[in-house]
Amino acid sequence: MTQATTTQHNRSKSILTEQAPVVSIADRKAKNATLRGRIGLIVYVVLLLLPIYWLVNMSFKTNTEILSGLSFFPQDFTFANYAKIFGDPTWYMGYVNSIFYVSMNMVISLVVALPAAYAFSRYKFVGDKHMFFWLLSNRMAPPAVFLLPFFQLYSSVGLFDTHIAVALAHCLFNVPLAVWILEGFMSGVPREIDETAYIDGYTFPRFFVKIFIPLIRSGIGVTAFFCFMFSWVELLLARTLTSVEAKPIAAIMTRTVSASGMDWGLLAAAGVLTILPGMLVIYFVRNHVAKGFALGRV
Amino acid sequence: MSLTLQNVSRVVDGETWINEVNLSLEPGSFNVLLGRTLSGKTTLMRLMAGLDRPSKGKILMNGVDVTGVPVRDRNISMVYQQFINYPNLTVYENIASPLRLAKMSDSEIDRRVRETAEMLRIDPFLDRLPLQLSGGQQQRTAMARALVKDSQIILFDEPLVNLDYKLREELRQELRALFKARNCIAVYATTEPNEALALGGNTAVLHEGRLLQMGPTSQVYHQPKDIITAEMFSEPPINVVPGHVSNDEVTFDDTVHFRLNNDLRSLSPGNYQFGVRASHIGLVPHSDDDLELPVRVDLAEISGSETFLHVHNPHFDLVLHLSGVHEYQVDQNIKVYFPTHKLYAFDAQGQMVHSPARMREQ
Repeated sequence: MTQATTTQHNRSKSILTEQAPVVSIADRKAKNATLRGRIGLIVYVVLLLLPIYWLVNMSFKTNTEILSGLSFFPQDFTFANYAKIFGDPTWYMGYVNSIFYVSMNMVISLVVALPAAYAFSRYKFVGDKHMFFWLLSNRMAPPAVFLLPFFQLYSSVGLFDTHIAVALAHCLFNVPLAVWILEGFMSGVPREIDETAYIDGYTFPRFFVKIFIPLIRSGIGVTAFFCFMFSWVELLLARTLTSVEAKPIAAIMTRTVSASGMDWGLLAAAGVLTILPGMLVIYFVRNHVAKGFALGRV
Repeated sequence: MSLTLQNVSRVVDGETWINEVNLSLEPGSFNVLLGRTLSGKTTLMRLMAGLDRPSKGKILMNGVDVTGVPVRDRNISMVYQQFINYPNLTVYENIASPLRLAKMSDSEIDRRVRETAEMLRIDPFLDRLPLQLSGGQQQRTAMARALVKDSQIILFDEPLVNLDYKLREELRQELRALFKARNCIAVYATTEPNEALALGGNTAVLHEGRLLQMGPTSQVYHQPKDIITAEMFSEPPINVVPGHVSNDEVTFDDTVHFRLNNDLRSLSPGNYQFGVRASHIGLVPHSDDDLELPVRVDLAEISGSETFLHVHNPHFDLVLHLSGVHEYQVDQNIKVYFPTHKLYAFDAQGQMVHSPARMREQ
């Protein structure tokens, strides 16, 4: 019986192979569609990356070349712009300052937002929904509104021109966002896991650190990324609340404008270096961000 | 170790979820909580576990009031309907977690984890993460974690609902065997009467937050205290037919009546609700006093080798549970035989006043 079916099977197979190869219309259509899609994407990406390419391009050119006309590649390739930034503490300290207060802000935002988000996701209390929305509405206010109060307050308590001043000011915008994002991730963890942990004998802090935080790892990654992004690009508060000691790179970049004109090459090099940390961070959290998007919270 | 609930109520947002429940569970007993969805099974279990606090009443363990004691300080385990494991820990660590927190030695932990895993046949998967397992294996992992420590109370909240039929049967049998050897209180919530019957032990019937009846499973089945218990504890639900008892006759309607038999003799004249199990009505008479009843077919539900036959006569509906395949046309007129000596009688309040003599002996 088995043999019979096998031979039958073989026969039908041989019939199939003997036939001339058929390329179906559907196959051809699918191939064309992929090709079109690829071309479309390439055009899109080129358009998207053009300004960034131009910035990189400029950063390797001399000022004379930049001002002399259109060139797609540096004719007179130079590292001088970068050398200037890395050789001058008043320049590179700008990066150090920025990274410093941004990291501080990330840490503060997460430490504050984690328990808050946990409370919003797990407990019911009077006005919880209103408070949750109110938190988010904080983000709707333009930073400029808070400029004067912050400046006055920090000056009077001696926080002016410190890293923590900027980090705290940015918390006003980042903590609500962090709570919002984290709450989404936390609500995705079934409450029964918390209960099981208590039944097993976990204390709350131990459960939170050992079980819960690993479960919302991607949420924390995404939150850190968004805190970083806001704090890194925010200029107004950072510039106003600092003068020398904690001056951010974006404020230092304005030094390229002088009486003798703009130092285009230097500005471009500084710009390229400003993009790099963001690219690094994005590289590390790219998978988690996708998850955040799927949750609809980002 | 016994668990006693005294007048326990739980009110949430003005709604009473558990209403004045009194319950006493003995060590080494297997207790089934039977009730439909929203009857309060899960709430009652959460109260027993200490995950929620009762709004009123006391919970005693071994006579000691533990009402406000947090779950962490009670020695209990719980298995949920959903497969709840720590997704970031391996199966081994999942099972070991209660033992690690109890600060046991590594060798002891290892011995226990392997023993429990073997018992539940998940020992080949100890190094995997829970999400890499099938649903049945995930639930076994959760069960292993509940069984690995010597808890005094083990709560199962419909643990087999999300599993396929075959696995469910298998796990159910294993569960019973696992508990035979233990001296702990097992509580098992289910919506299915058949599951309660298969598990045996004691059954507590819950309805709308009230405990209707509690006792050995077969006793509750054969001697339901009231009509709701009887309806809930049979699949398909027991048939209820309103009737009137006079001095020498039982009348269902103008055309259907029969003489009071020995079994029903004790009923005083008046109106009653008569209950008859779906499996007791037949297509052929089984004894001389069976009542012939002309009915019309509504639907013949054939499930494998069983048939659920829905029929009606002008005054009431009946469901018959027949073994074998019986095909009928809709609106076909047939005769069914009603066992007059297998009737339950309930009074106007729904309390049982009579059960068939045969059942009383059991």
